[in-house]
Amino acid sequence: MAVITTPEKKPAPAAERRVPRRAGRPLVLNLIALAIGLTVWALASLGVENLPGPVSVAERGGEMIADGSLLDDTLASLRRVFTGFALGTVVAVPIGFLMGWYPLARGLIEPFVQFFRTIPPLALIPLAIVLMGIGETPKVFVIFLAAFMSCVVAAFQGVVDVDRTLINAARVLGASDRTIFVKIVVPASTPFILVGMRIGLGASWATLVAAELVGAQEGLGFRMQKASTWYEIPTIFVALITIGVLGLAMDRLLLLAERRLTGWQERR
Amino acid sequence: MKTKISFQDVVKTFPMKDTSFVALDHVSLDIADREFVTVVGPSGCGKSTLMSMAAGLVAPTEGQVLVDGAPVTGPGPDRGVIFQQYALFPWLTVRHNVEFGLKLAALPAAERKRRADHAIDLVGLGDFADALPKTLSGGMKQRCAIARAYAVNPQVLLMDEPFGALDALSRVQLQDQLLDTWRQEQRTVLFITHDVDEAVYLASRVVVMAARPGRVHRVLEVDLPYPRTEEIRLSAEFRQIRNEVWHAVYHQPQAAPAA
Repeated sequence: MAVITTPEKKPAPAAERRVPRRAGRPLVLNLIALAIGLTVWALASLGVENLPGPVSVAERGGEMIADGSLLDDTLASLRRVFTGFALGTVVAVPIGFLMGWYPLARGLIEPFVQFFRTIPPLALIPLAIVLMGIGETPKVFVIFLAAFMSCVVAAFQGVVDVDRTLINAARVLGASDRTIFVKIVVPASTPFILVGMRIGLGASWATLVAAELVGAQEGLGFRMQKASTWYEIPTIFVALITIGVLGLAMDRLLLLAERRLTGWQERR
Repeated sequence: MKTKISFQDVVKTFPMKDTSFVALDHVSLDIADREFVTVVGPSGCGKSTLMSMAAGLVAPTEGQVLVDGAPVTGPGPDRGVIFQQYALFPWLTVRHNVEFGLKLAALPAAERKRRADHAIDLVGLGDFADALPKTLSGGMKQRCAIARAYAVNPQVLLMDEPFGALDALSRVQLQDQLLDTWRQEQRTVLFITHDVDEAVYLASRVVVMAARPGRVHRVLEVDLPYPRTEEIRLSAEFRQIRNEVWHAVYHQPQAAPAA
């Protein structure tokens, strides 16, 4: 038997090789930073006219939670974002794959993608409202576009960047084009797609709030717009903080998904 | 002896801006069944192109490549290929990499497992069957790639500078291991390298190629017995053949112009 028994360096067990667990210290530092930020804010609110301090914003937040308006607005906003984002991603991934895999599809689709990519989805809001009314459709549509544009380019780039040697390696083992696509191209482009999804989610979220500033009946953007006409500055802050916290939470969720799905990648 | 792989007057040109680059210029070469042939030459001599043609990944511009007398029309599991860059599927464990070709051959799970285990044991990766490629060293990655090729039991092994990226120690180990399995299972091996020592140590015949245009410069018989051992590696006979090959590689008649 030709078994080589030289002791080679054993790879660390999987658990240890995962992303190193954050030690306690960064968390402590993060909390300290948060406390400093709140203090600066509190001090600034004493000096700047009309700027509410953390306490009054927290009180307002408590009221909005108690009367249910914060939850309603948040749910309305989340529903729009998820609908638009889910549709955008679901449509973008197959189209990106098509573009990456078939030169014909690429030639036909790429001009449109490249052109519409340069137009911020927000710039389409006035047109969307004129064409689709002031209901949910134009809002979901612009969010859809925002998610679609980031994701389609990522999926396309993911397919184009698949290592040729991997494709050749599969081919010499007897893989058909279809097998190569399913078994090699799809997994190899997953990291790209997940990055595109994260960018798309950020873009969707940004687009949502702006879309709600125009002609909405509920939602966090609508709440801010209304509060500004009534000069309820703490309400604006509550809505802003909610938007930030939710955006961060969604990003972290996708990051977690990315780590789980693409943990096989070699980090350099 | 029966001819396994036959390059017949093969020409390969790649189109360039105004002209075309001649990678291979009328190359003819026969490789016998169960023979171990190494191809050595300067970069740009087309040695990798030669292998890719036998693999069916590149089509010749003129001439033809025959395997078992039939023209090569594309890649197939009868010819295992080992790439310099390992080309492991990084999202699959060692075992799943090795089973990849077996799944394509639609083998039942039990048979797949048996053959995968055999191939993994053969290259000494038994303890790492469930590890992902990213946790393996370069030498272990290449062993995994070799196991993946062995598993489908090809009659021909095509190896494109497989040990080029490894440290000297791993290289020697893998050379010996490769020769061991070759002697046991007697496949036809076409092995591309730029390392003269490696070319002589492994082969029964060394093909020295010249560059610009890529062509066969000399073919040298290596008249050393198998199994090749350390003794042979350090022997005077080995050194003599090695020197001869060295001269053929480094003192080619028509010195290539600076690229």
